[in-house]
Amino acid sequence: MIEIRGLSKHFGAVEAVSGLTFAVEPGIVTGFLGPNGAGKTTTLRMLLGLVRPSEGTATIGGSNYRDLKNPLATVGTALEAASFHPGRTARNHLAVYAAAAGIPRARVGAVLDQVGLGAYGDRRVGGYSLGMRQRLGLAMALLGDPQVLVLDEPVNGLDPEGIRWIRTFLRELAAEGRTVLVSSHLLSEVQQSVDSLVVISKGRLVYEGGLDGLDTDARVIADSPHRGMLDAALLAAGADIQSSEAGVIISSLTAVEVGAIAHRAGVQLSLLHTQQGGLEKAFLDLVGEGSQP
Amino acid sequence: MNAIRAELVKLTTTRMWWILPVILLVYVAFTALILAAVFSGVISPDEGAPELSEDALPPIIYSIAHSIGYVFPLLLGTLAVTGEFRHQTLTPTFLATPRRGRVLAAKLVVMAIFGALYGVVALIGAVGPGAAILSIDDGVSGLDDSETWLMFARIVVAMALWAVIGVGLGTLIPNQVAAIVVVLAFTQFVEPILRTVATFIDWAADVGNYLPGAAGDTLAGASIFTALGMASGEGQTLEWWHGGLLLLGYALVTAVVGYLGSWRRDVT
Repeated sequence: MIEIRGLSKHFGAVEAVSGLTFAVEPGIVTGFLGPNGAGKTTTLRMLLGLVRPSEGTATIGGSNYRDLKNPLATVGTALEAASFHPGRTARNHLAVYAAAAGIPRARVGAVLDQVGLGAYGDRRVGGYSLGMRQRLGLAMALLGDPQVLVLDEPVNGLDPEGIRWIRTFLRELAAEGRTVLVSSHLLSEVQQSVDSLVVISKGRLVYEGGLDGLDTDARVIADSPHRGMLDAALLAAGADIQSSEAGVIISSLTAVEVGAIAHRAGVQLSLLHTQQGGLEKAFLDLVGEGSQP
Repeated sequence: MNAIRAELVKLTTTRMWWILPVILLVYVAFTALILAAVFSGVISPDEGAPELSEDALPPIIYSIAHSIGYVFPLLLGTLAVTGEFRHQTLTPTFLATPRRGRVLAAKLVVMAIFGALYGVVALIGAVGPGAAILSIDDGVSGLDDSETWLMFARIVVAMALWAVIGVGLGTLIPNQVAAIVVVLAFTQFVEPILRTVATFIDWAADVGNYLPGAAGDTLAGASIFTALGMASGEGQTLEWWHGGLLLLGYALVTAVVGYLGSWRRDVT
């Protein structure tokens, strides 16, 4: 559906995106993750024909965005930078682009209701809160009732209630069988909503696949009143161990295996449990030192 | 065409499009009233006012619609483009119409229409009080002369072209504040000074006629500035259609250069 192939963009000497290749499968929600400045927005803008790639291609259903017959009815877009004339009402803002895309005016009211702005449609956007602007951005994305949605950081700056709303909203869109590409700099913001992940860092792809494929970095912590005997038994079994105040940290074995080794060696255990690194930590490890804000 | 309809909706859903002609109407009407009164001798504060024949007066008064009003369609066209850059609405605009040339063409068409409407508004402002004052004491209002109505038509065309030039200028100078400063500084100070200076230097007099404001006056066929210039001996050497072609040339050059420059650039 969405295909990025060998995509690069440099702004002067700065390499914003380099040699990016990935595909977004139809009918599922794909998270597009990376720290701020990783090149997510630049990649999306190249996909949407707003930024010209230095190299490579980004296509939707096989064609460039600018060659789409009816772009808004094919791909709906909500980009991070909210772009509104403050003196125009939300209803009129949508009416402009409905006219440009030949979409019936009735859709404007429908999408405003859909994002919960129905009662505020006739207010000037200049008076909107950040959350309302995000919703208006989503209304714009839905205007052409497209099968593909590209949402750039839709969660950014929302309050908890707004975040909850967005999560439900993404699930609804997916349930309707739409293809959604949603970007974020925090995995936790989207992990409940996405089926698949594309992770980039410093303009390069670092991961592409399902959530379960992420290395969650589980480790086992064990302890014994006779720490020395436990260490010796584990070392004899070829385990990779590390001593800490909390106990012995074993990263190469499961808790069951550690328990079995201790049992065979006749070492009494006072502690045995598995510690999960968590998805967010796995994500931060993936993007490496690029994770500073 | 959808892009044209979108530009129409875009223009008419903010307040700028009607605020500008309201100011235009008041400004032109006030100026026409004062000048008509001064030149027709209804009020004569001093001996200072130049002598003008009764027949020459109507076109000079009516053409105030253009000679002081042209900055309004120019601003409208400029703001229509720079506003898109300033409020980052180029992003949704190009998402809805990815063929950017179409967007620019639609803007040129819609601005030409509104520039012409501004021309009608300005003429109402100039002719209303102007004709009323000129008709006092059986004076010549010129409204029964077809020449006067041809001039009105040329003024409407000139105002449409000014709005088109504004679009080109906006693409050349996407920064809204900079564009407004350039428009106001050039039309209100730089060009008037250059034109005045040019009249004193032989070789420069012809060059002065090719400045955009002068070209507009040439197209309109009359202007308070050229009238006073002629009184001081400067000859009008260009035909009205020369002025029209010059204005069209300015419009095309700014739009093409702007299209090749800012309009095709990355929208980030």
